[in-house]
Amino acid sequence: MTINHHLSDAFLLDYAAGNLSEGWSLAVATHLALCPACRRQLDAMEGAAGALLEKITVVADTSNDAWDRMKARLGGLQAIEINPAPPRKTANPAILPEPLRSYVGGDLPDLKWRALGRGAYQILIDTGDKDTQVRLLRIPAGKPVPEHTHKGYELTLVLAGSFRDGKDVFARGDIEEADDTLLHQPIASEGEDCICLAVTEAPLKFTSWIVRLIQPILKI
Amino acid sequence: MDTSVLSYMNMSIPINTKTWHIGPISRELPTLSRLKRDTGMTRQDNRKANETDLSQAEMVKLLAIVGQERKVEAFEMLFRHYSPRIRSFMTVKTKDRQVAEELMQETMVAVWNKAAQFDPERGNVSAWIFTIARNIRTDAYRRKRPVFEIDDPTFVPDSTPAADVEFEQAQDAGLLRQAMETLPADQFDVLKRAFFDDVSHSTIAKELGLPLGTVKSRIRLAFEKLRSAMEGRR
Repeated sequence: MTINHHLSDAFLLDYAAGNLSEGWSLAVATHLALCPACRRQLDAMEGAAGALLEKITVVADTSNDAWDRMKARLGGLQAIEINPAPPRKTANPAILPEPLRSYVGGDLPDLKWRALGRGAYQILIDTGDKDTQVRLLRIPAGKPVPEHTHKGYELTLVLAGSFRDGKDVFARGDIEEADDTLLHQPIASEGEDCICLAVTEAPLKFTSWIVRLIQPILKI
Repeated sequence: MDTSVLSYMNMSIPINTKTWHIGPISRELPTLSRLKRDTGMTRQDNRKANETDLSQAEMVKLLAIVGQERKVEAFEMLFRHYSPRIRSFMTVKTKDRQVAEELMQETMVAVWNKAAQFDPERGNVSAWIFTIARNIRTDAYRRKRPVFEIDDPTFVPDSTPAADVEFEQAQDAGLLRQAMETLPADQFDVLKRAFFDDVSHSTIAKELGLPLGTVKSRIRLAFEKLRSAMEGRR
């Protein structure tokens, strides 16, 4: 599997710094599970953060209070042994990577899809995050999507099948980062339904191209 | 194992008013200079515990000692170096000194508990400690940050030949620090805001009154420069 479409440095930086809300982080972390190149980039960013930590301006500790408190706490921790968590059982072959699989409560065969008509299905994914809307979508093979632009950000991570957007093909592991400057016309590839994780900004309900696809079906 | 190491392992650890003795009682309390000598640290300027100018190589050694031998003295040196930095890091966001102090203490407790998980062959101590502090801060603000799992059957391992990615991280950390110095001020400022102010790149754009694209390109240029500095050394 070769990934051709990666996260931008800006999104990855927000993840590295811990600044992303849960919905975006879920898409980023699931892409990272499939993309060694972005993991190397994440390492470099955390290295840069470490270098900044070394450079940070500090006020010298004039008292021993902080260390005395720490020493007292270590005393209580001395006997604790941390055992690694036992490996979890997963069905083979797994398709949905962690952390996504835990969020949807199982792998592809276990999922309860909600039909949207004309072969499209979705599963809404609950997060504790009010800023984003997170859903798993199944788009019928060969289905074209009307050309459109976005308001706000959208992340689309392909998990099975593929879609074509202009001359670009997005397959498993590829992530498309769209903002309001992008005008595009994605088409789910022939042969296999396209399953993807789509994260959009919450208040803008009908900005996702996939939601645009199902909008006429829902007659909204 | 030599006797000086044993004397550290047998040290007494005070818990509240009681004193627990782990192993045979040793009256001889180890000194930091002896610890440094035992761990091969010979730099003369590190005799005092409150001096914070440890090199990355020294920190890798200290953290390995904490992880493998649970030596409080080695941990104290890391604490003296990192606690003021983590306190500053936490203060930027909370503005509340007591909260920042507590988050710093939580971070250092986690460093002590997780020290054995640090891989001295690959690790960069300041980056590792940053990730712990970041996670503590994220938790403190009740923001969930899902992570990938390397033991998951779907996880795609890095197939790049090990020789191309494995390098002396301790040296790289120094190199990264040098490369950071050469970043243009506007790029450096964006990275600093992202990591310390706990704001997203779109918030940074709003704060600076800049188009989103400008902030994104500063981030991209900064990491291109850092990447080429790292690759240049190989």
